[in-house]
Amino acid sequence: MIPAAFDYQRPATVADAVAALASAGEDAKVLAGGHSLLPVLRLRLAAPSVLVDLAGVAELRGVREDGDTLVIGAMTTHAELAAESRVPLLAQAAATIGDRQVRHRGTIGGSLAHADPAGDLPAAVLALDAELVITGPNGTRTVPAREFFVDYFTTTLAPDEVLVEVRVPKLAGWQTTYSKVNRTAQAWATVAVAVAVQRQNGSIAGARVALTGMGPTPVRATAVEQALAGAAPDRIAEAAALAAEGTSPPSDHTASADYRRHLATVLTRRALQAAAG
Amino acid sequence: MTATIATPEIGRARLRKEDARLLTGRTRWTENITVPGMLHMAILRSPHAHARISRVDVSGALAAPNVVTAFSGADVADSQGVMACAWPVTEDTVLPTYPPLAVSEVRHVGEPVAVVVARDRASAIDALELIDVDYEPLPAVLDMEAALAEGAPLVHAEAGTNKCYTWVFDSADAGTGGSVAEAAEQAEITVSRRFVQQRLIPAFMEPRSVLVDPTGGEWTIWSATQIPHIMRFLLSATTGTPEHKIRVIAPDVGGGFGGKLAITPEEWITFTAANRVGRPVKYIESRSETMVSGHHGRDMIQDVTLYARRDGTVTGIDVKLLANMGAYLGIVTPGVPILGAFMYNGIYKFPAYRLECTGVFTTTTKTDAYRGAGRPEATYAIERIMDELAAELDLDPLEVRRRNWIDQFPYTTVAGLEYDSGDYAAATDKAMQLFGYEQLRAEQAARREAGDPVQLGIGVSTYTEMCGLAPSRILGALRYGAGGWETASVRILPSGKAEVVTGTSPHGQGHVTAWSQIVADQLGVPFEDVTVLHGDTRTSHKGLDTYGSRSLTVGGIALTMACQKVREKARPIAAHLLECSPDDLEFSDGAFRVKGTPSAAKTIADCALAVFTSHDLPDGVEPQLDADATFDPQNFSFPHGTHLCAVEVDTETGAVKIRKYVAVDDVGRVINPLIVEGQVHGGVAQGIAQALFEEAVYDADGNLVTGSLADYTIPSAADLPELVTDRTETPSTTNPLGVKGVGEAGTIAATPAVVNAIVDALRPYGVNDIQMPCTPERVWRALQAGKQASKEVQA
Repeated sequence: MIPAAFDYQRPATVADAVAALASAGEDAKVLAGGHSLLPVLRLRLAAPSVLVDLAGVAELRGVREDGDTLVIGAMTTHAELAAESRVPLLAQAAATIGDRQVRHRGTIGGSLAHADPAGDLPAAVLALDAELVITGPNGTRTVPAREFFVDYFTTTLAPDEVLVEVRVPKLAGWQTTYSKVNRTAQAWATVAVAVAVQRQNGSIAGARVALTGMGPTPVRATAVEQALAGAAPDRIAEAAALAAEGTSPPSDHTASADYRRHLATVLTRRALQAAAG
Repeated sequence: MTATIATPEIGRARLRKEDARLLTGRTRWTENITVPGMLHMAILRSPHAHARISRVDVSGALAAPNVVTAFSGADVADSQGVMACAWPVTEDTVLPTYPPLAVSEVRHVGEPVAVVVARDRASAIDALELIDVDYEPLPAVLDMEAALAEGAPLVHAEAGTNKCYTWVFDSADAGTGGSVAEAAEQAEITVSRRFVQQRLIPAFMEPRSVLVDPTGGEWTIWSATQIPHIMRFLLSATTGTPEHKIRVIAPDVGGGFGGKLAITPEEWITFTAANRVGRPVKYIESRSETMVSGHHGRDMIQDVTLYARRDGTVTGIDVKLLANMGAYLGIVTPGVPILGAFMYNGIYKFPAYRLECTGVFTTTTKTDAYRGAGRPEATYAIERIMDELAAELDLDPLEVRRRNWIDQFPYTTVAGLEYDSGDYAAATDKAMQLFGYEQLRAEQAARREAGDPVQLGIGVSTYTEMCGLAPSRILGALRYGAGGWETASVRILPSGKAEVVTGTSPHGQGHVTAWSQIVADQLGVPFEDVTVLHGDTRTSHKGLDTYGSRSLTVGGIALTMACQKVREKARPIAAHLLECSPDDLEFSDGAFRVKGTPSAAKTIADCALAVFTSHDLPDGVEPQLDADATFDPQNFSFPHGTHLCAVEVDTETGAVKIRKYVAVDDVGRVINPLIVEGQVHGGVAQGIAQALFEEAVYDADGNLVTGSLADYTIPSAADLPELVTDRTETPSTTNPLGVKGVGEAGTIAATPAVVNAIVDALRPYGVNDIQMPCTPERVWRALQAGKQASKEVQA
């Protein structure tokens, strides 16, 4: 199919993008890499009147350092992220997304703003306790990843706001890993887990575990994290068995909720063992 | 000129002539053909699995910008023709009326209901939303067994039943073997399984596309089809349009896999639309329309029982098949399971065989040919159950096969086919060696011993298939509506270059390359100097097109015969030029040579120049070298091979990874090893896809859940193993080239090899079958169920 007609705007600055969204009203959509939005438009599941394309906004690209934080521009592509050694968890997660073409077009900002609960980067930024910087008509605000994701395909972004950057703590001394099961390499995750582990004096000082595909938003497996705080690494299996606690995974033609719960515990155990090993 | 061909072209790994233009896209696909005054069509499709159409109002669409016309099925009910089924397999096969545009009832989601024709494609699609249709929903019928139950809602009320046909083969009645009932009585061991062949969706690269130009009282039709000749005949037959006024062109066609072995409602509707507006009309479908409306494949339930002695000798096989037709019959829908019905004995000398196949209507997209068409299903069933027999007898699966396989040729099977040639032991030995069979078995034992969470499984598939469709008399006996011959012409140009016209219709296979190699060897015309014309009924007026691994084994033989006629026409001319008797000449190394004096030679090019000038020809010789030939095979050909697959199964997640895959195929004599290897790679990928990845899923209301490539998971290179391929070469005895066919072999062989490997990995856990596709969840659940059952047995 081909999309319904829409107006197209290609601003050169964030300010112009916000202005374009403000004047277009609620019907406008931000176009980043387009790999989620364009299929929706082509299937005519959405028919926005205006697309505001961020491809020309140079200030949204690239990764810079700001003290203990890495600042990732929202239009940084998955391929660029996958090559970014300073954020190994994001790099590892980004390298598993779709195929080469998708990774060269898709962007971190687009992936987070789209908020597909089966997406890879939402869980990764959640595990990293990243902060999302959002610009709108009333200025710029910063939202912790924990508060950003609201529901299926829904975030705290207002229709006239643009996600401009992702601020990721460097987490020196932490080990991270991303692990997923999907039907094919190009398919969305059935379940995935992003973990970050800090070892101290032979025990686990801190653990963060975020799950993909286990509910309407990416979720932190807080029961696992609490069970591991200060624990010895041989407690990982026991803690990981709690991974599905408090989650509400879907049942669909890809997998049942029961199987997803089971996968969450296996993948969490393996990822924690890999990161803590 | 005394050119010599130093190296025979046949057997040479030539790069394909087609590839530069196909891979760069600088060629003619239906979508990029534009003719003056062309309009664009879009189709409104049913959102219901089953409903009565009480009203269609197209007035909103007619008023929309750029719209030229819009109409429903009722508007064209008398002029749109019908979709024909060419293969009623029994006398009483139910043949429901199949209108291109639904007139009063829709029977599957995606069925065409109304169309818009507009000046551009976007306007046509926009205006679809302005068509108003009132539906009265009727009950959907999705499950085959439910459809056959008493009181089930009827897909076609006028038929009074959802049963399309029941077709029976019994070797005792046919005189080809003994009685299965007796085998059952005397069996020392009986193994039964129900296998479900899930529904698959052909995922060719180029969606179906059609352009109809009705200018000047003649119809030129470009279509992304495998069967331009059959389409021309059927369009003429079902619409009353004179055949000689129709020209069908299959330009470059981006794949088919049987999915374009079809005449489609979309073609017929575009034809109707073009006639209504009197202007060229183009229809290009989207991928999601392909998936919901193009025919599907497989979808059978197989209840298989094997009777055997304790030494592993099989004494009989009994098969009960349910085959889902979908809502309507496509061109060969009823015949697909029947093609498989002759292959349930596989490569084995079983003494008794019975099969009963029932075709069932459901409110789903119709099924029809998909790579292998019936033969992958049959091969899966026999190769899976041979493994189960081996497990019951605690024998190596290859040993059970050895004790049953055919070792003398020709061999008339219990299904009545005469296998031409083969060497199953040679292919198996080669495969085992390449695979490292014993080492992998040792590793498997070690992993079992250690209780490794990742278990190793080894799967075997020793297959054969019937290629070269088909002897016309056999097709007639099976009630198929057409023959199985193929035709070719060779035209020699004045400069000595050759133009081949073939009735085959390549859509990715590489006929241009392979046919050039055949001509080069037959006529001594250099490979580069051969052009192959195909897929246009104006240049190739006769042909039966491309499917069923028939092109080389039938069309290639016709081409060889035509070349031989050219040679016989050229012989007296060459003799005249060499001033000798025709009997003194032999054709060798690419030229006519005087026996005993090989340097005295004339090439086809020399003869071509001589007939072009015609200044000095022998008396009574017609001044041209061109020739036609048509070949009707007397028998099929039977390629075979042994595929071995090792999988690693993660017993905690159920994830399956193919560790090693070896394919040793015997496809008879090979024209171009690169093309053969490509066919094996693609075929194996498709076979693995059925085993692990692909499944068309309907929800309870009859909506296709897997209606896009995001949900219908076809594998990419990242999901597939490196393949080790090799060959044995046993020439076919049924044709002069000794060729057998390779288009479907990989697909047929791979599926049971993979599933056998997974089941083999998990057998110690009490698993003895897994429903395809073997998704991680299904594998995991089979493990849980197997463990549970083992526990109960121990308790």
